[in-house]
Amino acid sequence: MTNQTPPCPECDAEVEIPADAMENELVACPDCGVELEIMSLDPVGLELAPEIEEDWGE
Amino acid sequence: MRVALLVTHIRAEEKLIIEAFNNRDISPDIILDRELNFEISSGPGQPAPSGSAWREYDMVFERCVSTSRGMYALAILNSWGIRTFNTYETAAICGDKLRTSIALTRHGIPQPHTRVAFTPDSAMQAIEDVEYPAVLKPVTGSWGRLLARVHNRDSAEAILEHRQTLGDYNHHIYYVQEYVDKPGRDIRAFVVGDRTIAAIYRESNHWITNTARGGLATNCPVTQNLDDICVRAARAVGGGILAIDLLEDAGGNYVVNEINHTMEFRNSSQPTGVNIAQAVIDYVIEQARVTA
Ligand SMILES: Nc1ncnc2c1ncn2[C@@H]1O[C@H](COP(=O)(O)OP(=O)(O)OP(=O)(O)O)[C@@H](O)[C@H]1O
Ligand SMILES: [Zn+2]
Repeated sequence: MTNQTPPCPECDAEVEIPADAMENELVACPDCGVELEIMSLDPVGLELAPEIEEDWGE
Repeated sequence: MRVALLVTHIRAEEKLIIEAFNNRDISPDIILDRELNFEISSGPGQPAPSGSAWREYDMVFERCVSTSRGMYALAILNSWGIRTFNTYETAAICGDKLRTSIALTRHGIPQPHTRVAFTPDSAMQAIEDVEYPAVLKPVTGSWGRLLARVHNRDSAEAILEHRQTLGDYNHHIYYVQEYVDKPGRDIRAFVVGDRTIAAIYRESNHWITNTARGGLATNCPVTQNLDDICVRAARAVGGGILAIDLLEDAGGNYVVNEINHTMEFRNSSQPTGVNIAQAVIDYVIEQARVTA
């Protein structure tokens, strides 16, 4: 993945995309800790992950 | 074999599951719950968001972090005769702590003394009946959210009043438990079919010892005794792929606290040395083959 990765939409930090990343995978911003969702891989698109809802869990 | 993996999004667990399928030359279609749009009465011939008809899948593996989406999807798929892991029945019981308590009781499996009441006044009585400290939990919900330990009448009143002001009727179902005086840890055991494949202790200084709350995971040996209660508990809720959470009481006996049907396990393979994802996937493949 040599593409330019867009910055964290929350804080502008550089976000590292793992080599084996998948679409719809969650990654945490290393600076602000916000959860991001990888919306696309080529090119990499990042969006804030949806807010945790009350029924989320195991 | 055609497999659909139903997810809210991809977390560490789902990546491990995909890898485990790939190791067996199966590449699951990933279906996002946000894209589901079922026509209830036209059956499994209708296309899934992947483009394939639902009936083409030999199994749908449900890993939604959204409990309600996962549960209703399973309800529909099972009504169409599609094999799912877990089943709707199991998910519906595990997704509800009260239904889990009923199932455990029917199968004679030890659990903390539990009462349920529906108004703040009767809940106060329930708390005094189980005696202090008491634990108050929402019947649905996870990750230790809105769990409360109450030590006296004053704090019970404050918490009940707070719960009553929360809009959601779920918070007005007062599920009240005795506090189990456990040794600073609980146990999470992973049951796959008829076998407890691994277990961890979750240790914490906080009384809520979930790893979601930062509890430390270490290996817990699966003794005959532990395997026995876990497998019976899994059967009580309909069986499948389940994480059984247990507490050890003051006498060192196991009581089953709750059962999770879309378990998190990313931190559990390392301390136990068991490849949990592979054990799970090998089991579901075998099940799909024997009953194909
Ligand atoms: N009756 C109890 N007595 C003592 N400790 C308890 C009791 N109930 C819960 N706990 C502690 O709180 C933790 C979370 O409880 P519980 O599993 O019921 O909540 P949860 O929100 O369903 O969590 P999850 O589904 O993520 O496991 C347990 O792991 C245990 O450490
Ligand atoms: Zn950020």
